[in-house]
Amino acid sequence: MTIKKLLTGNDACTYAAINAGARFFAGYPITPATEIVELCSELMPVYNGNFIQMEDEIASIAAVIGASLGGAKAFTATSGPGLALMSENIGFAAMAEVPCVIINVQRYGPSTGIATKFSQSDVMAVRWGSPGDHSLIVLAPSSVQDSYDLTVEAFNLSERFRTPVILLSDAALAHVREKVEIREPGELNLYQREKPSGPVNGYLPYGTLHNNVPVMSNFGDEHILRVTGLVHQESGYSSDNSQIAEELVQRLARKIDNYQEELPAPFFYGRQAADLIVVSFGISARASLEAVNTVNSEGFKAGMLELRTIWPFPRKKVKELCSGAKKILVVEANHGQVREQLISCGFPPEKLRGVNKQNAEVITPSEVLLALKEENS
Amino acid sequence: MPSDDYKQYVAMDRLPSIWCPGCGNGVALKALALAFAELEMPPDKTLLANGIGCSGRVGDYVRCHRFHGTHGRTLAFVTGIKLVRPEIKAVCLLGDGDCSAIGMSHFVHSARRNVDIVTIVINNYNYGMTGGQFSPLSPYNVITSTSRSGKAEPDIDICKLADLAGANYVFRTTIYHVVEMKNYIKEALGKKGFSLVEIVSPCPTYYARYNKIGNIIKQLEWLKDKFIPIEEYNQMKDAEKENFFWRGRLTNRDLPDLYQHTRRSRG
Repeated sequence: MTIKKLLTGNDACTYAAINAGARFFAGYPITPATEIVELCSELMPVYNGNFIQMEDEIASIAAVIGASLGGAKAFTATSGPGLALMSENIGFAAMAEVPCVIINVQRYGPSTGIATKFSQSDVMAVRWGSPGDHSLIVLAPSSVQDSYDLTVEAFNLSERFRTPVILLSDAALAHVREKVEIREPGELNLYQREKPSGPVNGYLPYGTLHNNVPVMSNFGDEHILRVTGLVHQESGYSSDNSQIAEELVQRLARKIDNYQEELPAPFFYGRQAADLIVVSFGISARASLEAVNTVNSEGFKAGMLELRTIWPFPRKKVKELCSGAKKILVVEANHGQVREQLISCGFPPEKLRGVNKQNAEVITPSEVLLALKEENS
Repeated sequence: MPSDDYKQYVAMDRLPSIWCPGCGNGVALKALALAFAELEMPPDKTLLANGIGCSGRVGDYVRCHRFHGTHGRTLAFVTGIKLVRPEIKAVCLLGDGDCSAIGMSHFVHSARRNVDIVTIVINNYNYGMTGGQFSPLSPYNVITSTSRSGKAEPDIDICKLADLAGANYVFRTTIYHVVEMKNYIKEALGKKGFSLVEIVSPCPTYYARYNKIGNIIKQLEWLKDKFIPIEEYNQMKDAEKENFFWRGRLTNRDLPDLYQHTRRSRG
């Protein structure tokens, strides 16, 4: 059944997690993500799941990873300072290949910044917060509906790829109320991690790969599981062999980067083969779309690309859709973190115009409109 | 003579271990495996989780479920595991640095929550893996690679701390007292809620060498002579106590554990 509700972004993420099958939440209160913690404390017991408020964000993500290794779909929610604390264990989840979801509600930073105010400045922090070469998945919703849909997708992808998936929300989206169509579990395509079926004796937790993803048991299952953040062999026992290390670390990237067609593709709006293309994500994409629609109604030829998967950066799609543009406007409430990715895609910097805002307020349609008109004149 | 049943819990094919000759980690592992065998614990319902450091490698030599996370956080990871898989018997084997420095917060909160975990702390008074620096449990004034003229900071008694925080069971012993060690690990495994077994252990490579305790025989004699039963220790005058440490059972109670608390709160 599909129900229509008026929800905040934070509420939508929480209902989506429950409907995607999440039955474990561990967290630590932090503005502007706290409502997720509060709502989980109410809902988890109702759904026979577990809620635990841990002593800090390090412990929160640790408990989430532990619960996932016990077989539960598990998640946490946080914001910049908490994300920083979680980074080491997010890297552990990438290395040990533990499915988990982190809702990161971006707020103004660095450091404590302005706790209640908006920003989109965690683009690089979610990607490279944890040391070492690894890949992970980051999705960015642009509406409350999208917060619902992409949270469901985040759980599916974490189970499919056995990796941490971060949902990049923000303080504005977290608290704005919009109409949401809630598709309930029966109507959702839900992915469950694959479980081993072969003989128990001689089972190797990292030995059987499907699409480069290991078929792993859970703690407490009859197939004995061995998990470590050290470089490990197929058995899950540690190793310092250089060849094993290289194969493992390359597979951790390959298992995601080579399957990008399974990740949410960018949306393209407006005119195809346009001279002017706006690239944006999150709530800034809403302002951008409004501006693009306005200029197109005035006879411009503008297009708009909304990134939904931020990491791995959809280089192929972006190159394909933007290669004909004379000018690309990158609209983001940070110093230009996505713009840097377009430069690394090979777009010359002079073709790129950043429409940036760093005053803790959202980017408005009129600001994008102004930039578009300047470029068209 | 103990039977060979304990070997079903030990990955014999992965031995010898990486530990130095004279290290107590292997002795503790055997005591743990013997306790598992005597309790006939099913390997698929048994989890050994360990911290980072020398003792953290113990998971490389077991045949039950094994978890090896990040430095200091083992108890937080296992709190999550235990909430969703309460039927698993979880043992967290940590070093003194892992537990009492970087992991101190999780240690206190796990005891406070009374999570159903047997925590074994192998206390060799220093960070062995990184070359013998002092930990919060290294006694006052001892020599380590970061306290060449004597450790300037006081230490802390994690047994008393666990008791105060709400643990159901607390026992301290040493690597010398092998039968006692096995028996009380076994007793801890029979409890619900948070148990702490602190095992004081020799580090011949760093701690014993820096502090001129002598060879491994001397180190074991030191453990034998210095650690006296808690009942005797409590009878001593304060001045006398300074030359000794207590061993034995500090706490044994049956307060509800975290799982019972969370289920009770649902009514």
